[in-house]
Amino acid sequence: MGTKSDIELIDKNGKRLDGRGPEDIREVKIETGVLHRADGSCYLEWGGNKVYAAVYGPREALPRHTQNPLRAIVNARYNMAAFSVDDRKRPGPDRRSREISKVISEALERVVLTEYYPRSAIEVNIEIVEAEAGSRCAGLAAAGVALADAGIPMIDIPVACAAGKAGGEVILDLGKEEDNFGEADLPIGYLPRTGEIILLQMDGHLTYAEFERALDLAIGGCLKVSELQKKALMEKYPSPVGGEQ
Amino acid sequence: MSVIPTIKRDFLENLAKEGKRMDGRKFNEFRKASIEPGVISRAEGSARVTLGKTQIICGIKMDLGEPYPDSPDSGVMTTAAELIPMASPNFEAGPPREDAIELARVVDRGIRESGVIKTDELCIVSGKKIWIVFIDIHIIDYDGNLFDACSLAALAALLDTNVPIERLKDKLEKAAADTPEIGEYLKAHDKDYPLPVSVPPISCTWVKIGESVMIDPALDEDLIADVRLTVATDEKGDIRAMQKGLNGSFTSEEIKNVIKESFVNGTNIREQLYKSTGK
Repeated sequence: MGTKSDIELIDKNGKRLDGRGPEDIREVKIETGVLHRADGSCYLEWGGNKVYAAVYGPREALPRHTQNPLRAIVNARYNMAAFSVDDRKRPGPDRRSREISKVISEALERVVLTEYYPRSAIEVNIEIVEAEAGSRCAGLAAAGVALADAGIPMIDIPVACAAGKAGGEVILDLGKEEDNFGEADLPIGYLPRTGEIILLQMDGHLTYAEFERALDLAIGGCLKVSELQKKALMEKYPSPVGGEQ
Repeated sequence: MSVIPTIKRDFLENLAKEGKRMDGRKFNEFRKASIEPGVISRAEGSARVTLGKTQIICGIKMDLGEPYPDSPDSGVMTTAAELIPMASPNFEAGPPREDAIELARVVDRGIRESGVIKTDELCIVSGKKIWIVFIDIHIIDYDGNLFDACSLAALAALLDTNVPIERLKDKLEKAAADTPEIGEYLKAHDKDYPLPVSVPPISCTWVKIGESVMIDPALDEDLIADVRLTVATDEKGDIRAMQKGLNGSFTSEEIKNVIKESFVNGTNIREQLYKSTGK
């Protein structure tokens, strides 16, 4: 949020810069099982975001002092490619990607049935090869599909979507300019089956009423993406694994 | 080395004695490569290359910089390759280890020493302003032979690259206020234009298992190989870079044969590279 600009984020007809209405989500495409070495993988495009997620594990957590005798740990690693943004990003983790890795790891630990795998680690690698706005939501949604593809038992397939405020209006799924010049950004991670919120961040400025509206919109967006996640998995696994044909 | 590769070594070595490979290829047969340029629109140039199931994404970014004092008329290039943990259960996060460094340096040499990027044409004002070309290679799925897959991805991305005049217009105009020569450069180049490149050498990697020498090692061949040799040949058949790796050895006859066969394979791959990038 922050920088002021004279760009008109929402025009007189209520249309946004890319032609979307306030409640429209960018186009989302999901494909699963795209990497052969990983135990589970996913490629996800969300507007201008292009994201790969790969899951390894459960396997022995190393170094050993990281092991938890009662449950598995989930290590998500969010990483941006140097060429994913306009000005080249120096490779390797910076403070921002470390923070995102942490909140995504914590969100996923709520979903995975970690008590099945004491002393183990489940590694979730999220690579942002092209970034627009909302790459952490795209990353979490891709991670959810990759975990399901890896056959990791979960209470639900996690999904994420952001809402926010730009040009004075509460809108769903902020685009690049809306993220840079808008008034607020509210990414959430969500479990459609139980209604739990597993990730929540906000920056900017919202009134309580605006927050309620934004949260509703974001959950609505999550439900839409959730359907696409299931569809992608159903395409790869037309019948239940080990079930009847 | 873990137990499984040791068992596989016996299997592959015996197979090789019969003149066969696990995937049915001949010793001098390269796997089918696919080259898809322009996959990252935010990059100045990019390509996704698959070789077998090895999958590489390479992106090129460019920025303005100052030349090194010993080469005031020349642009600068850097190459980075990351063995990210996504690509294999055995890759770890963290600073690049020696195999990632060797990989990046071999790819870098193949491009730098052969002059694929015409760095003298990347000088804007002698001694003051030049273009820097960043080649960043992302390995997302590892199925053997990263050397050739990464070089090919880097070349395809370079052929796809446009000099980002339009994106950096503000920065260039600001610099032109102090240095009038930049203004002249801007007048001559007011739009993005293709990165000046010359015909690239193509690298072919061979490994030796037991007494057999084979091209383009698949994953298991890569993991158990005794020795590895990468040869880059240009369109005339001249050798432009070589690197031997691992703790085994080749005879000089084997090396001569490898060079000859690398030229044949390189010619085919170069043809495919030009076809897929539309050059």
